Amino acid sequence: MLRLLRTIQLGLKNLLLHKLRSLLTMLGIVFGVFSVIAMLAIGEGASRQAQQQVLELGATNIIVISQKPAEGSGNGTNSEVLQYGILRDDFRRIRQTVNTIIDATPIREFSQPARYLHRNMDVRLVGCTSNYFDVNHLNMQTGRFISERDQEDTANVCVIGHEVAETLFPGEEPRGKAIRIGDVFYSIVGITAHRTASAAIGGSLSGQDYDKDVYIPLETLRARLGDEIMIISSGSRSSEKVELSQITFRVADAKDVVPTANVIRETLSRYHADKNDVDLIVPLELLKQAEQLKWIFNVVLGAIALISLIVGGIGIMNIMLATVTERTREIGIRRALGAKRGDITEQFLTETSVLAGSGGLMGVALGLMTPLAFSLIRWFAKQAILDPSQQSASKMVQMFDGLEPVVSWWSLAVAFGISVSIGILFGIYPARAAAKLDPIEALRHE
Amino acid sequence: MNIVAELIKLEKHYDLGAVLVKAQRGVKTQFAEGDFIAIMGASGSGKSTMLNLLGGLDRPTLGKYYLGGEDVSQLDDDELSRIRNERIGFIFQSYNLIPQYTVLENIEVPLHYRPGYPAISAADRKRSEELASRVGLADRLDHRPTQLSGGQQQRVAIARALVNDPDIILADEPTGNLDSTTEEEIMRLLHELNREGRTIIMVTHEPAVALQARRRIIMKDGVIEREEFGQQIPDEVAAGAATTF
Repeated sequence: MLRLLRTIQLGLKNLLLHKLRSLLTMLGIVFGVFSVIAMLAIGEGASRQAQQQVLELGATNIIVISQKPAEGSGNGTNSEVLQYGILRDDFRRIRQTVNTIIDATPIREFSQPARYLHRNMDVRLVGCTSNYFDVNHLNMQTGRFISERDQEDTANVCVIGHEVAETLFPGEEPRGKAIRIGDVFYSIVGITAHRTASAAIGGSLSGQDYDKDVYIPLETLRARLGDEIMIISSGSRSSEKVELSQITFRVADAKDVVPTANVIRETLSRYHADKNDVDLIVPLELLKQAEQLKWIFNVVLGAIALISLIVGGIGIMNIMLATVTERTREIGIRRALGAKRGDITEQFLTETSVLAGSGGLMGVALGLMTPLAFSLIRWFAKQAILDPSQQSASKMVQMFDGLEPVVSWWSLAVAFGISVSIGILFGIYPARAAAKLDPIEALRHE
Repeated sequence: MNIVAELIKLEKHYDLGAVLVKAQRGVKTQFAEGDFIAIMGASGSGKSTMLNLLGGLDRPTLGKYYLGGEDVSQLDDDELSRIRNERIGFIFQSYNLIPQYTVLENIEVPLHYRPGYPAISAADRKRSEELASRVGLADRLDHRPTQLSGGQQQRVAIARALVNDPDIILADEPTGNLDSTTEEEIMRLLHELNREGRTIIMVTHEPAVALQARRRIIMKDGVIEREEFGQQIPDEVAAGAATTF
């Protein structure tokens, strides 16, 4: 043990003789280890983010959403009203026949401009029932959410999102005032608390920004606006008829999720067989997919990082071979003074290991700063993207926003372990080359 | 008189593919304890090969080599390393110090390779320091070889050759790289060691230096051509020796 310490001390001393060279040699390992840790941290962060999002959707939930059929597959032409999506009959059928469902939350949503005085803003108008609040884990900033009573009364009340309040009522108390959507005024009864927008998950659910929502009772929406809305986009107008945009079903137990989802799928397929206008999202299945994805993610990212570690190892081997040549004379002297072949192997192997080990430690130190580095990059990315309304850019920012790299302890240990093993592995050849030198030849070496 | 080293019908052949070079062709001699021997001869006469064999840096093809009563001619590489570490002190023409080490560290190098790898003890450290002051470098312990003159470097090498208390000191052209004044200094040191009873075997091609040995072995074509006895120490070396020590 003491002897190992001495050999390490000797190795350190020799490395410190050529500080710059040692540092440069180490850099390969430093960045290799750093990238292994960073990649795994980002992978872990992304997977946690996905899990978090899926859990927000609710592990015991089954979500049915209306989908606009692909162009041409619908039966309507441009002049006609395009009808698609979930029907109230579907909702009724499923609610009545599937007994494992303990709760159902239907909503109807579309984009609408909301006005207050001269101010206006595009909001997501959501017609919903009172349990929407719980299902989406919303929080109230002030006031109350839509109630059962509002539904029964088809009351003209609304609850507005945080950003809607800030935009339409800067420095004012929105409660008691009314916003206008279409031709109807809705008096504000509550404001929801700010909530970070969620990112899209695996392509099946788009990201959601609850801060731009305006909630009204579903019955009110049906009575005031009807199912048909007109969309004016790029000069042409088209009408769509959608009865319900989305239904969130909840079952009592996680084991009921998959069978219930199958029954719902079955029921829906009878009425939507060839229209392809509804989609079923099962968060529990997404969760499983996310887990699988995490593994693929980790393996791929880890492999990329490992390549840089190997490159670092080759760098070390290269320098050590040069060192052996440079120190041939020294090897000869040591051999003449009694060093065995094993002693020489040990000396050079220790030197490489110390080199790789210190590089590894530096890499670990850098790796620990991954979250910091990541938020810096994010900050710069935000500064660089001047126009946040740009669709792709804002999506990226959104994705970045939710992603927090998670440096796990095992990844530090793994990365450090790999760096030292690579040092030893790539050190074996130069060390053996040094030990094999004939002492007489080595002493003669200039 | 005790025999410290003995060569019996020593042969060393180098197989160079096309030709078989016989660098030692049955050398037979004995070295007495406390003797001062010079090995001479033209280049290619086999004197360097003999020194390598004596130093355990190489193994003879045939014959036997006894060092301190131990047959070292058939030892394996690790055992030979041990012999070099315990029984032999080397002094080279080009000093062969480790450049990144200080004077003290250079003197201690053989101690790192002792059997069992004991740590350098306080006693070892004291001994190394004493040796350094014996060769007149007490105030240079922290210097590196590049900061020393040739003569000073060679004195470090001599101290290093003594640190393991060897059976024989092998000196390969110890004054070959030095001017005459420094040469006298080094020879004075070697005489001093010899007077203390150390066995010194020195390879040299300088007749004046060789004459200072008690016994001269003249090599030719891989065999001992002849031997001479008798020591002639120049006045300045002898005079210096008296005052220095």
